[in-house]
Amino acid sequence: MSIAAIDELSEPLVWPEEGVTRIPFRLFSDPEIYRLEQERIFRGPVWNFLCLEIDIPNPGDFKTTHVGEVPIVVTRDEEGEVHGLINRCAHKGALVCLKERGNAKMLTCVYHSWTYDMGGRLKGLAFRHGLRGKGGMPEDFDLARHRMEPIRVEVFSGLVFGTFDPDMPSVESYLGPVMSKFIRRNLDRPLHRLGMHSQIIHNNWKLYAENLRDSYHATLLHTFYTTFKINRLDMDGGIIMADDKWHHVSYAKRATFDEAEEYQKADVHSDQFDSKLEGPELLDAWDEFDDGITHSIQAVFPNLGIHFTLNSLCVRYFAPRGVDQTELFWHYLGYDDDDEAKTAMRVMQGNLTGAAGLVSLEDGCINEFVQRGTAGSGDRNAFIEMGGRDVESSDASRATEVAIRGFWTGYRRIMGIEA
Amino acid sequence: MSEGIEPGTRGRIEDFLLAYAHAIDDGDLEAWPGYFTEDAVYQITTRENHEAGLPLGIFYCESRAMMSDRILALRTANIFEPHTYCHMLSRSALSSNGAGITARTNFTVVRTMQDGASELFAVGKYLDRIVLEDGAPRLAERRVILESRRVDVLLVFPL
Repeated sequence: MSIAAIDELSEPLVWPEEGVTRIPFRLFSDPEIYRLEQERIFRGPVWNFLCLEIDIPNPGDFKTTHVGEVPIVVTRDEEGEVHGLINRCAHKGALVCLKERGNAKMLTCVYHSWTYDMGGRLKGLAFRHGLRGKGGMPEDFDLARHRMEPIRVEVFSGLVFGTFDPDMPSVESYLGPVMSKFIRRNLDRPLHRLGMHSQIIHNNWKLYAENLRDSYHATLLHTFYTTFKINRLDMDGGIIMADDKWHHVSYAKRATFDEAEEYQKADVHSDQFDSKLEGPELLDAWDEFDDGITHSIQAVFPNLGIHFTLNSLCVRYFAPRGVDQTELFWHYLGYDDDDEAKTAMRVMQGNLTGAAGLVSLEDGCINEFVQRGTAGSGDRNAFIEMGGRDVESSDASRATEVAIRGFWTGYRRIMGIEA
Repeated sequence: MSEGIEPGTRGRIEDFLLAYAHAIDDGDLEAWPGYFTEDAVYQITTRENHEAGLPLGIFYCESRAMMSDRILALRTANIFEPHTYCHMLSRSALSSNGAGITARTNFTVVRTMQDGASELFAVGKYLDRIVLEDGAPRLAERRVILESRRVDVLLVFPL
């Protein structure tokens, strides 16, 4: 079936009639589709994660970030109000904030000293009235008609979101009740940062978005878990889908671990040995919540993930850096009422994830392997039928690709592909 | 640059730091924990975290046992494209105090991947505390401070 809705493409995109169980590989390498996504998704009707509220705690604080490829600066003004601005001078378009983060009374473009308040309103510019009566702006120049372009922002549970769409409903209704509740479970307490870093992964952003929703691979590719018997698909767990399918939570309960026969029979490489850690204190953990969930990962369309791995809490998000490159950011957090021992444990368990994560470092390369494997095969498709063909929540098993199908359900809708 | 350090001690420490780098470059990762004291701290972090006083970096061990676990994990559990490192070290600035010898050494590490690309992977400084155990230098603490906050692909071998 070819798709009329994206006929801006020089060649029509052909998506097999099976729908979200078949994913055309072309979607991961076509620069035209990538450009269209910037407009329809990132600058479209979504809430993009911008930064944490703790990035900008005080009046005058700013933090630079991106919406898709568009540079953004998030600021807090004198009155404490949070603003999202395109980080681009109204004059010639130069970046206004060069530093990653900082505190300022005004934002000044270095090129011609156009100066803005923290809400992005133009307050002055160099040589407006010329020099010695010569030059300067025309007489009808009006400061009030020029400003850094604002985007809508909203703070939800310590997370700052932004959208280019003036008609978006609130973040909470975008997330839906189930996703909102789970974010509040993890983040609705005073937070502080423990550490941060980023990672360049050499793949299209959607491969990472899929990977974040892929509960099928978790214990097959990431064999540290199975080797040290921390988490396997036979632990009690499941997938909760948001009503609109493109956000989800995957969770597991460590205490319910038991040996499933399928692991023995399948002879999967993750069960070929039985190791013990020499330093087992790495995995000491306390019950953070009384719901028994010890591992969770939540994805919010398009660019946010939040995970709790034992006691390690992390907000991760990504920014596309071209059709085949993505920057992935890791922000590890603690609660303000953590004692020293809890902080030490969260620092220790930061080892499990991130660019050098004992559990998940493979995600740094696996999506690149797909990018490389699908090169030159734009007319072929991925096959996504694990756990069935539906996009409904699954409380029975994480041996499913339901959340990936959910991502593509949302993707087809927003790109105008869905019938 | 060598406050209170005997020339012979400097020589031993320089040889020791070089041997550490060569062990990793040669793939002898099982030897790596042996360069540390039993309860040594090893951390890879970023300049951004280090200067902000943030405790959580990218890679952290607080005993030789955890270092051995790292090596066992990367040999048996972790999956990644095979690659090698080549370390280049600067001369070390050394000073001596009651807790041992502190050393600061700049490094660059070039990583070579399967397709043959040799590219700059890491640049930064080692901030070390070195003690002598029966006259032999051992790292009691090594903080690897990366200049960049950004890691290309992934980081699996120690630096």
